[in-house]
Amino acid sequence: MSSGATADATTLANPRELPLELPASYLADGRTLLSWLATTDHKRIAILYAVVITFFFFVGGIAATLVRLELFTPQADLVGSDTYNKLFSLHGIVMVWFFLIPSIPTTMGNFLLPLMIGARDLAFPKLNLVSWYLNLGGGLLTLAAVLAGGIDTGWTFYVPYSTTFSNSFVTLAVLGVLVSGFSTIATGVNFIATVHYLRAPGMTWFRLPLFVWAMYTTSLIFVLATPVLAVTLTLVVAERSFGLPIFDPARGGDPILFQHLFWFYSHPAVYIMVLPAMGVISEVITCYARRRIFGYSFMVYALVAIAMIGFFTWGHHMFTSGMSPYAALVFSFLSFIVAVPSAIKVFNWTATLYRGQIGFESPMLYALGFLGLFTVGGLTGLFLASVPIDVHVQDTYFVVAHFHYIMVGASVSAYFAGLHFWWPKITGRMYPEAWARFAAILMFFGFNLTFFPQFIAGYLGMPRRYHVYPPEFQVWNVLSSAGAAVLAAAYLMPLGYLTWSVFFGSRAPNDPWNASGLEWRTTSPPPRQNFFGNPEVLAQPYNYHPESTPPIKDQPRVPSQGSLT
Amino acid sequence: MSAVGKLIREPWDELGLSESKAFALQRSGATFGIWVFIASEVLFFGAIFLLYAAMRIEHADAFAAAARETNIVYGTLNTAILLTSGLTASVASRAAEHDGLRRLTLWCLAATAALGLAFLVVKGLEYREDIEKHLVPGPRFALAQAPAQLFFGFYWLSTGVHAIHLSIGIGLVGRLIGKGLRDHEWLVGNAQVEIALLYWGFVDVVWIFLYPALYLAGRAG
Repeated sequence: MSSGATADATTLANPRELPLELPASYLADGRTLLSWLATTDHKRIAILYAVVITFFFFVGGIAATLVRLELFTPQADLVGSDTYNKLFSLHGIVMVWFFLIPSIPTTMGNFLLPLMIGARDLAFPKLNLVSWYLNLGGGLLTLAAVLAGGIDTGWTFYVPYSTTFSNSFVTLAVLGVLVSGFSTIATGVNFIATVHYLRAPGMTWFRLPLFVWAMYTTSLIFVLATPVLAVTLTLVVAERSFGLPIFDPARGGDPILFQHLFWFYSHPAVYIMVLPAMGVISEVITCYARRRIFGYSFMVYALVAIAMIGFFTWGHHMFTSGMSPYAALVFSFLSFIVAVPSAIKVFNWTATLYRGQIGFESPMLYALGFLGLFTVGGLTGLFLASVPIDVHVQDTYFVVAHFHYIMVGASVSAYFAGLHFWWPKITGRMYPEAWARFAAILMFFGFNLTFFPQFIAGYLGMPRRYHVYPPEFQVWNVLSSAGAAVLAAAYLMPLGYLTWSVFFGSRAPNDPWNASGLEWRTTSPPPRQNFFGNPEVLAQPYNYHPESTPPIKDQPRVPSQGSLT
Repeated sequence: MSAVGKLIREPWDELGLSESKAFALQRSGATFGIWVFIASEVLFFGAIFLLYAAMRIEHADAFAAAARETNIVYGTLNTAILLTSGLTASVASRAAEHDGLRRLTLWCLAATAALGLAFLVVKGLEYREDIEKHLVPGPRFALAQAPAQLFFGFYWLSTGVHAIHLSIGIGLVGRLIGKGLRDHEWLVGNAQVEIALLYWGFVDVVWIFLYPALYLAGRAG
């Protein structure tokens, strides 16, 4: 047990030469379809989720592609108004509820949360499988609404249009979202109980990796915000299908009440999308900068603060809906306050890079892209949090650009960062690094080309959700559509080379990046039981070299040999 | 394997703990889980009561008039039934922790489920009367004030959602009875008893808030 390399016997052995009698990896533990569809292994369930959300990512992506194609010219030439409404609604509903909300928590969260805290599985493995089926069922219901003829309300389902006037398949789509909501609540309960009860000996709360803290705070939002969405959607179904008036203005109902309830969920939902992304970035940046995270405890407090304050800012979506100026002032103030912990995180990531030995591997490229895009998205959020500017740019492409910088620029970049970072652990294979770097750079470039022009078009007054627009906005829309084509290519590339790597990639060693987390202290891919023996935690996370000392030696990041599967 | 050993599930069986310790940890983990879920449910019904408060403030007179149309006899009877079921549920929950009280546990569980069913029967009778009195929102609604329809929109929605919750509760308690009858050792100290009955208690508490909101609002003062 002298040096780090020899302490881990499993990294040395070639299984074909030494019969170590190690258990099979979770991937080899059962080959039948049933062994996947009836599994209670958190790692397999993570793969099941990944398949479903990848499918929905491309469904939503196709809708976005058609929207961008239509917007290439100021006239309506590809689709009519009704179809256009259905396309952007499909894009929003699918991307928000069936990709972004489940994306990082259900795939990487499911896979890594038990591994990172040294547990065998989540606290309630059967519930975990049930929540995948709920997610799938919800997705299929919504897909059925699309196939039946689509839904044209936008992703927000605003009443009274959704309850009284829309002639599209609102009920079916809303039921789909409702069912997927139960899935996220179940996941939230599961994650919270796991973190409370199944941490390995020595894994104290302030030794948890920040990704685990991010999952924990996200789960709190899952559990406390999603039920409000469930009620809101139930009310829409009750009013539309059973004629129970709740929001109907003709009978004294209040449509603004719907907006309050909807945004009480849907604003925290933004933090559901971005907190997991922050967790991933903390892991990736520390590893490739070979540095301890700067200000660990403040990173934790910032996550908790964002989760809590995020519950009290929903009114900033409704400045123009009609609310008392005092309420608007308070919501505006609170929206500025929630930017403080977000800024703390950005500064701490930057400070982590300071004097680090930075490597530009593909996960790090995505992570650095995240830093820039999240900052732009966050700062434009402050514009929108100020009432006068918000009134000016409400319902324009400025808003569209802002939330895409957060939800796509930040969250999707982080998703890809995490996907590449943990891909060797999940699949046991290395992906082609050159392709991955190229895709990361292309994605950053394509993203900015798509969405930065939308800030300008929006500021100049181009409204969202219209497919016919004044010709003076065409230049910005052409830029944006060209960027979307680049972005589409960049998203298709990982689908290609990651799939290729599963079959033809070289075997991954147990810890290809020399990372410090507990998830790297087992084989790639891990066995069903996750660890050999019982892990015990002796130190703080991010055990990279401290600020005052140089690294002991330049460790090779990709050891040439050593996999056990 | 001992009786306790059979009840330990993955991943609690692989923590390297003794059987009794693993069982206790699994139990407290499971109970913790249901409390987190109940917190989630509180937000669910919290939103429903927020809705009620907002609508009642806007339309105080119409709400009072509409609330006088509900049947207070059925409502009060149901409150009594559900509170009694809360008593039997608590007794069952405590009795299940002791080896010698298996019969008492089973009887109390049966009484709990029966009282739950009785609640649904009374609710059904009340629904029939409401429909006959044209208290379903729509063109043939009994009251002239339009916002009174909001009250009954809320009435049908909230009692319906509550009845769904109660039916799930009856199913859970019925499952406990079935498992307990087949396997003599299954009930003792099993976290599932406490979990199902905590959920039952939560559904009870929701009704304690619904009762004054629906039946007493129009009749007070």
